[in-house]
Amino acid sequence: MAAAVALCRPEVISCYPITPQTHIVERLSEMVRKGEIGSASGGCRYINAESEFGALSILIGASAAGARAYTATASQGLLFMTEAVYNASGLGLPIVMTIGNRAIGAPINIWNDHSDSMALRDAGWIQLHAESNQEAVDLHIQAFRLAEALGCPVMVCMDGFVLTHAYEPVDLPTQAQVDAYLPPYEPIQLLDPDDPMTIGAMVGPEAFAEVRYLAHHTQLRALEEIATLKAEFLRQFGRESGGLTECYRTGDAETILVALGSVNGTIRDVVDEMRDAGVPVGSLKIGAYRPFPVGAVREALHPCKRAIVVEKDLAPGKGGIVSSDVKMALRGLPVIVQTVIAGLGGRSITKASLIRMINEARAGKLDEPHFLDLDWDVIRTELARRRQRRRAGPTAEHVLRQVNAVASKVV
Amino acid sequence: MVLDTKPFAITLDPDSSRANHTGAWRTMRPVYVDRLPPCNHACPAGENIQAWLYHAEERRYEEAWRVLMDDNPLPAVHGRVCYHPCETACNRAQLDEAVGIHSVERFLGDEAIARGWRIEPGPPTGKKVLIVGAGPSGLSCAYHLARVGHAVEIRDAGPRAGGMMRFGIPKYRLPREILDAEIARIVAMGVTIHLNCHVADLEAEMRQGRFDAAFLAIGAHLAKRTEIPGRDAGKILDAASFLRSMEGATLPRVGRRVVVYGGGNTAIDVARTAKRLGAEEAVIVYRRDRAHMPAHAYEIDEAIEEGVVFRWLHTIKGVEAETVTVEVMELDATGRPRPTGRYEELDADTLILAIGQNADTAFLRHVPGLVIGEDGIVQVDGTMMTGRPGLFAGGDMVPSERTVTTATGHGKKAARHIDAYLRGSRYVKPESHPIATYDTIHTWYYTDAERSTQPLLEAVRRRSTFDEVAGGLDPDTALLEARRCLSCGNCFECDNCYGVCPDNAVIKLGPGKRFRFDYDYCKGCGICVQECPCGAIEMVKETH
Amino acid sequence: MADQRIKFYQTGTFTVGNRLLDPERRTVQARMERTNSLDSGHRACQGCGEALGARYAIDAAMRASNNRLVAVNATGCLEVFSTPYPESSWKIPWLHSLFGNAPAVAAGVAAALEAKGRSDVRVVAQGGDGGTVDIGFGCLSGLFERNDDVLYLCYDNGAYMNTGVQRSGSTPPAARTMTTPAVGPSPGNSFGTGKNLPRIAMAHAIPYVATASVADLHDLEAKVTKATMLRGARYIHIFVPCPLGWAHDPALTITIARLAIETGLFPLFEAERGRVVARTTIRRKVPVEQYLEPQGRFKHLFGDPPDHKTIGAIQAIADENIETYNLLPPEDGVGHEALRNHA
Repeated sequence: MAAAVALCRPEVISCYPITPQTHIVERLSEMVRKGEIGSASGGCRYINAESEFGALSILIGASAAGARAYTATASQGLLFMTEAVYNASGLGLPIVMTIGNRAIGAPINIWNDHSDSMALRDAGWIQLHAESNQEAVDLHIQAFRLAEALGCPVMVCMDGFVLTHAYEPVDLPTQAQVDAYLPPYEPIQLLDPDDPMTIGAMVGPEAFAEVRYLAHHTQLRALEEIATLKAEFLRQFGRESGGLTECYRTGDAETILVALGSVNGTIRDVVDEMRDAGVPVGSLKIGAYRPFPVGAVREALHPCKRAIVVEKDLAPGKGGIVSSDVKMALRGLPVIVQTVIAGLGGRSITKASLIRMINEARAGKLDEPHFLDLDWDVIRTELARRRQRRRAGPTAEHVLRQVNAVASKVV
Repeated sequence: MVLDTKPFAITLDPDSSRANHTGAWRTMRPVYVDRLPPCNHACPAGENIQAWLYHAEERRYEEAWRVLMDDNPLPAVHGRVCYHPCETACNRAQLDEAVGIHSVERFLGDEAIARGWRIEPGPPTGKKVLIVGAGPSGLSCAYHLARVGHAVEIRDAGPRAGGMMRFGIPKYRLPREILDAEIARIVAMGVTIHLNCHVADLEAEMRQGRFDAAFLAIGAHLAKRTEIPGRDAGKILDAASFLRSMEGATLPRVGRRVVVYGGGNTAIDVARTAKRLGAEEAVIVYRRDRAHMPAHAYEIDEAIEEGVVFRWLHTIKGVEAETVTVEVMELDATGRPRPTGRYEELDADTLILAIGQNADTAFLRHVPGLVIGEDGIVQVDGTMMTGRPGLFAGGDMVPSERTVTTATGHGKKAARHIDAYLRGSRYVKPESHPIATYDTIHTWYYTDAERSTQPLLEAVRRRSTFDEVAGGLDPDTALLEARRCLSCGNCFECDNCYGVCPDNAVIKLGPGKRFRFDYDYCKGCGICVQECPCGAIEMVKETH
Repeated sequence: MADQRIKFYQTGTFTVGNRLLDPERRTVQARMERTNSLDSGHRACQGCGEALGARYAIDAAMRASNNRLVAVNATGCLEVFSTPYPESSWKIPWLHSLFGNAPAVAAGVAAALEAKGRSDVRVVAQGGDGGTVDIGFGCLSGLFERNDDVLYLCYDNGAYMNTGVQRSGSTPPAARTMTTPAVGPSPGNSFGTGKNLPRIAMAHAIPYVATASVADLHDLEAKVTKATMLRGARYIHIFVPCPLGWAHDPALTITIARLAIETGLFPLFEAERGRVVARTTIRRKVPVEQYLEPQGRFKHLFGDPPDHKTIGAIQAIADENIETYNLLPPEDGVGHEALRNHA
């Protein structure tokens, strides 16, 4: 990842450690010190920030001063910089940030799910999800160009540990290739003593709605731009990467699974296996979650009978998040949309579980929303315990004891 | 390379706030004012002291001198002999010590003499004015009239011009070459002075000379007498004659023990002169105490330094050959002296009376319309005109404070009115601005600076010679002293208002051009008024 | 570069300018060609000390940097009254991000300029006491410890003024604010609380720390100029009265700031790498009452009878400053003037 980012010639990199992205910025610090990063103007500055909030704030300043800016974070760190996240998109600064998708506490959990990037889905950043390490490399290259073309920051989301800590052979483009695809940053606005301007004014009721609409409009333009960039990437690098959505065997599918990120690999294996058994299933990968590709989703799913959205996130008290977006895209159509909450906190999503779930869905027996592989015994025991005592103690500890994850007793 | 369009609303053009005229917020607005500095107000000659100090501060000495000369043609004299009521009024006195205005005036006057600066007379008007008396009042009037182009002739009964400046003020206070130079400068403007010329019939003189107006300034030279029983009346001298005789070819002689009777500056002059003439003792006898003595404090101090002895609260009762009898006085509850009945004998071989002078105006008694008092004093109205139209008077012969400066001021005032009279118009003095009182000064901003001192002649020379006692300031010191001026009520371009406005609503117009308020943006906070060192700004109600 | 006191020029160095002084020796503010970086038309209250302090500091920084300056501003009064759409009072490149991140944003700007080989352009970050001492504290400490090349200016008016006068970590003891009201047994802000940010900055051993005030323009400009010529993390803490929040006559802004200095409550000093190297002595010491009484936020101390105990406690603070920083000139009369000279 560091190599990919380095190829993009960043000029200012800030960092704050948080699992699972830390090794990306560690490797970048090495590359900067060795002079291996040659930016358009010559130098690259690397700053160890005092917090994630500081890390992104540094990039806000850097980007406004005309530098190509990059950082990475996850989970708690992303939340800690929330104010800055909104600020960066509000100001229209083309910062690129890697999110090593990780669950959000409490309870603290360092493993993968999408709750972090989901928490900031409406902050105005473009959100791209990588399915594989190759795609992660390619998306970063596309992200800088996308961000700078539109004046909008981009999050490149990659599943923590699953992708961040995987070893797999990837094709790293050459510097020349990247330079041909990604020109030097030309700011839309710039802090420059030769042409002073005031950036970050206070905007009241008389103009705020217009500013927000323009942000929305920028994201809508991204729908086109993302597709264009994917096509150009294919031409220049010879590889299909990125894009709004990707369909797999959906043409005559009766049931289509919809998902973001690395789980799409497992899903395609499931599709192949079930197709071999004669079940007409397919899969739709959503590559760009923001802007939400309403048109592409509707087009891919409209002929099917059933769409099952497999998502690594949960809206407590409501259920699915991505499934709501899909339902919105399909409004007016008779497609049944089902929500499957899976993989929270890093729990593996197995082929067997998916196949079982699909069969249940096809038999009309799937609950809505469905929590894949949830241990209902643990749930029932915990609920009973709570009914007995008011001061029932911490839920997480009790659950862990039930699943024998910890030896300590809690009275 | 930046694209042309900036993001809407979030990014703004620089300095676009000037579209917002915050001046609409005001309920009060600041205005620049010129207040009357107390020194100007107090000067009997009406000098614009603050204005010439302003130029002196910039080392523009000739310009300063010319401003001074607008009002007073005798600065080198006044810088030595004026009792400087300006300094008494000076606001700086309430901060540390008054500005040494007289010492700077003297410096400018001496500089002008050294460099030969001149004033040109105005283009001839064809009018002629007769002036009787070549003392400060007459000379001042002649000067001011010549400046506007009138022809002037002075008649003086004495052998030299100068009046009391020459015949009443000792050389050690006013060197004669200084006096001569300033008189010569007036003569150089075309004023003629006829000396040894006593005017007996004024009307005739005016007719013969075809004078269109006249100014009388004959002073008060007749010594007042008092009844002092004594055997040797010839030994009693009067101050005026005594001092006048100092200008003669031979100096007067005094005995070894001189008693001077009187409490004014003349008494002091006489006593100090007597010491220089060789008197072993010079004693001033005065019926009241030091606090009530009319002489100026520093004159008393200088006299004491020279060994003059003071006998306050004594009156003279009799004169014998070698003694003078004095009666001791005491102050009653109201501060007035009353006799105690106790007597003393003072050794004295000379008694000089310095108890005042009367004006010798007998020759005017037949001039119609004039009102003349018993002491010879002639009444004048607010235009310095006597009861006879076209006949003006000033100086010691009219009701006055009897100082050189007052006389000089009379001369100027009379000249203004004579000029108007000759043109058939009226001179209306412009209304005075309110005075710049000490409470309008914000003293923080002035550097601590002690008053400069003039060098004084060594004591031994003060006792034996008539060399000038007080020396002048050197140029650096004069500059320093001028710069102690607070410029009360008059902007001196310190840039404070320009600097302290949070709204950048003061426009600097350039050196010498002061400032202007930008009322489009001024919010009326008043910081400029508060931080103006000299009180040259005030807040008035906004009328929009 | 030494700031030599100028003698006997009528108003010496106490006024903004002086027609008798060589123009080079007058303040930046005295010059007709001053930048007026914060220009007319802004919406600050009448008599706002912060507006004044900002123009003073930024104009000086502009001159010292040959007009190559970028400013980053925290949320607060200065930001709000200077940039309400569609009007901006700034003439220089200026960026506002958030309330608590001005130091970090400025560090990023400096990094970008350095990466681009534009180190001739200097960076200034500015914020109020709330944004600096409280919410921005973490980012500020980060900037200090990294020694980022930023000059941070804190305009201290002792409370969160923009939101309506609430207590901050810089509110002085006994001061009334909306969250430390003048009621109860201990009215106003508590004693024994608050942060001394200049000393905290010194503890980071950064190249330059100074305190300054709108009441001493020459001193403020000299310090900003000196700081602008240095590299690395620099901090200047500027005392700015707030007529609205302090409830005083708006005409008295500078006068009250002067009284804070002359009582000893706000000491003027400079420090380099953690050690005090210079201070400005008090010219005419006055008791703290003279400073407190014109301000409505201390009104509760002057009831009938006055609260001598609290006033005494405030006087003790002033006296301690005088001792700590040696603020009273020595007896030999060599005062204000000589002690301001430093090589």
